[in-house]
Amino acid sequence: MALIINHLCTCCDACLHVCPNDAIRAEQPYYLIETTLCTECLGEYAEAQCAAICPIEGAILDELGVPLNPPGSLTGIPPHKLAALQRIEMQLQK
Amino acid sequence: MKLPVIPIIPVKANAGTDAGGCASAGCGSAPDALAHLPDEIRRKVQDHPCYSEQAHHYFARMHVAVAPACNIQCNYCNRKFDCANESRPGVVSELLSPDQAVKKVLAVAAAIPQMTVLGIAGPGDPLANPERTFATFRELSERAPDIKLCVSTNGLRLPEFADEIAHHNIDHVTITINCVDPEIGARIYPWIYWNNRRIRGVEAARILIEQQQKGLEMLVAKGILVKVNSVMIPGVNDKHLPEVSKLVKAKGAFLHNVMPLIAEAEHGTYYGVMEQPGPTAAELQSLQDACSGDMAMMRHCRQCRADAVGMLGEDRGAEFSLDKIDKLDTQDIDYASAMARRKVVHEEIIGKLEAQRQWPAAKVGVGGTAITAGRPVLMAVATTGGGVINQHFGHAREFLIYEASDMDVRFIGHRKTDLYCSGGNSCGEEESVLDKTIAALAGCEVVLCAKIGYEPWGALEAAGIQPSGEHAMEPIEDAVAAVWREMLAAGKLATPAAMKKCA
Ligand code: SF4
Ligand code: SF4
Repeated sequence: MALIINHLCTCCDACLHVCPNDAIRAEQPYYLIETTLCTECLGEYAEAQCAAICPIEGAILDELGVPLNPPGSLTGIPPHKLAALQRIEMQLQK
Repeated sequence: MKLPVIPIIPVKANAGTDAGGCASAGCGSAPDALAHLPDEIRRKVQDHPCYSEQAHHYFARMHVAVAPACNIQCNYCNRKFDCANESRPGVVSELLSPDQAVKKVLAVAAAIPQMTVLGIAGPGDPLANPERTFATFRELSERAPDIKLCVSTNGLRLPEFADEIAHHNIDHVTITINCVDPEIGARIYPWIYWNNRRIRGVEAARILIEQQQKGLEMLVAKGILVKVNSVMIPGVNDKHLPEVSKLVKAKGAFLHNVMPLIAEAEHGTYYGVMEQPGPTAAELQSLQDACSGDMAMMRHCRQCRADAVGMLGEDRGAEFSLDKIDKLDTQDIDYASAMARRKVVHEEIIGKLEAQRQWPAAKVGVGGTAITAGRPVLMAVATTGGGVINQHFGHAREFLIYEASDMDVRFIGHRKTDLYCSGGNSCGEEESVLDKTIAALAGCEVVLCAKIGYEPWGALEAAGIQPSGEHAMEPIEDAVAAVWREMLAAGKLATPAAMKKCA
């Protein structure tokens, strides 16, 4: 039982500071959750701490690969604007 | 060793240019605009490049990006990219470890004696990265006691760290306060991380505002200087900011800096994508005027990128890149002798500043020559710094705006040409840089630069702005005053400014 960080992670350190189990490793190019250490914060906090502070939508997934913070959930950008945002971000990443 | 300070020059009743305009309008840059402050505070800020319009031509600050994590989300920020609004680089900028940051600062300070201020502002929130932030401050206050330290924060964890900030002898703290009303806050901040939960909406804004205000009060009680930054978001907090200004001043903040929202769709922020417009130059200025009745405003702020090195606005970061810093050994930097050199340079500059504060009274107005009243005129100046007109019009990406009147020449603010658009239908790709520049200069009647091409000359004239390259390399205030007197002599100032069509 563990969460997963994917390539969308920007290595901002926020989750590192709040994980109660030191389960997050500052790997490059993106951070990694140590499966054996992660408890999904069950019994410790009401919310998985990494997912409660991570600013990047889609960067933290559950075991099934479902994002805990799906597109639009953190920025409040409505669905009909998300495609436009995606285009902009692709350009910015270049 | 402390940086020597300029003795306060008393504001004389007839001081004319040196005192008049600013004191009444509180432009927050000339020393007299800080007149409401106790001597102790004035002494601290008047040689500070971020607070003193005069000083920022000569002294410089730098920021180091040591604090990546953040604990709130602002609608004008996309955490994947550099933030255009606050003085902080985003995640794509060079992140430094505290060790690297200390080396970089020492190297820069040794090479650029004018560098007197070191700030930590991001790319996240410094207080969401307390170990990294305070480790950097601890080292620097030991090794380079002649550098002023400052920190910018969203304020969420300020009460928690007020003691620690006092402990590190931090020169001043900047809090970004965009509102004091949670309903308005809910339209600026989608969430905060607080007490191990992600909190959203009005509740999140309420907690953030409470912490900011509490932090402000605690710092003031400890005698730490607090500056407040606000981002002006038309239709969201523009009407509300005068109230913010009043409140934070009442609580003891020494300066309030209102900055325009920068929200282009291509920044990928909530406001950008939702097409939230930023203010026009005129809207910004009128809000700054509205707030200035309540307190000193800071008008020369250029929203410099936080990792910029060198004189304000000038980016010398590349000279001190990470690979160059990594090759450096702290022991190789002889900071003791650098500090001695720095002291000499600082004293020279301070002497110059002091001299400048004496002379403007002789230049314009009130003094000898009787001047019949003429109306005030806004002039734009292209300069790369040093207090002189030395930039080609076509190279200028920002202009300093001055107001000349029979009272004095007073600095009003900066206008960036790439920040504003004319707002009309022509806004978009077909709008040329020149069009944008002319739109940014709306309200100005004269633009002073080192040189200007034929085409922009005509376009400016057509827009009712008189270009001039005649005062190249002259001190700005002198030239502005001279041009105003010419206009007066030519009888151009008897009538109100012609209504200008905005490009
Ligand atoms: S879910 Fe909890 S334990 Fe697992 S990595 Fe995130 S913060 Fe750490
Ligand atoms: S908080 Fe999110 S973006 Fe930041 S390091 Fe952790 S997973 Fe990456």
